[in-house]
Amino acid sequence: MTFRKYLVLAGITIFSTAGDSLLARGMKDLGSVSLHNLPGLLLAILNPWVAAGILLLLAFFSCYMSALSWADLTYVLPATSLGYVLVALIAHFSFHEEISPTRWLGIALIAAGVGLVAAGPSATPDHQRQSSQDAPRDAVSVEVKS
Amino acid sequence: MKDVYAWSAIGLIVLASSTGDVLLSYSMKRVGDVGELWKRRGVLPVIGRVLATPTFALGLMAMAVAFYSLLFGLSWGNLSLVVPASASLTFVANAVAARIFLHERVGRRRWIAALLVAGGVVLMAV
Repeated sequence: MTFRKYLVLAGITIFSTAGDSLLARGMKDLGSVSLHNLPGLLLAILNPWVAAGILLLLAFFSCYMSALSWADLTYVLPATSLGYVLVALIAHFSFHEEISPTRWLGIALIAAGVGLVAAGPSATPDHQRQSSQDAPRDAVSVEVKS
Repeated sequence: MKDVYAWSAIGLIVLASSTGDVLLSYSMKRVGDVGELWKRRGVLPVIGRVLATPTFALGLMAMAVAFYSLLFGLSWGNLSLVVPASASLTFVANAVAARIFLHERVGRRRWIAALLVAGGVVLMAV
């Protein structure tokens, strides 16, 4: 894992968190959307908060696709799931949603899972069959190289 | 009643986005290391190569379903419930799907992490 790859993982975390939060802010403006009002759901894009959220989610998607090109899905998802903790914190401080002690414990467990996975290898070595053979995909060998 | 709506949205998000994740991951593994490709050929060939992968479009469609389910879910439930619950359950579903369909080596470390996150999700939904 190079520094640039960790930046991509950080980008996934931050862009998805900020994007989701902006979407939620926009949807609060629009109120409950029902199945009977599908055009209303499509028009949600016109809300500036929703539009900004979508832009950030596009940035997230680029980082996400990049990460999936060199790391396992079962590595990328948990390694970037610190975003859920961020979402809960943003919801707490910006939208004043309640966070109970049990929820705080949940946040701690998720954070522990993130740490555990991020410390392990990022790709299954067998995957070399499908991609560029020159790039070492095992975290240990990358460390030795750089 | 609102909870039932929120949890059905969560279920739909989990199904659609884990399908999408597996398809997108499969596509990107076929494309190869995007960073290396960018350095050698520039950004346009990278985008072209990604778009030319058929499973990528399928993955995008699944993600679009997941995205609109998320919009529904967010209008019905709390941000700090819908987002963590759906996304982390997706992570657990993905660990199983990645092992079966992508043949990823999901070792003890990744399973424990899966259980930790799954436990965290349950606690956050209480």
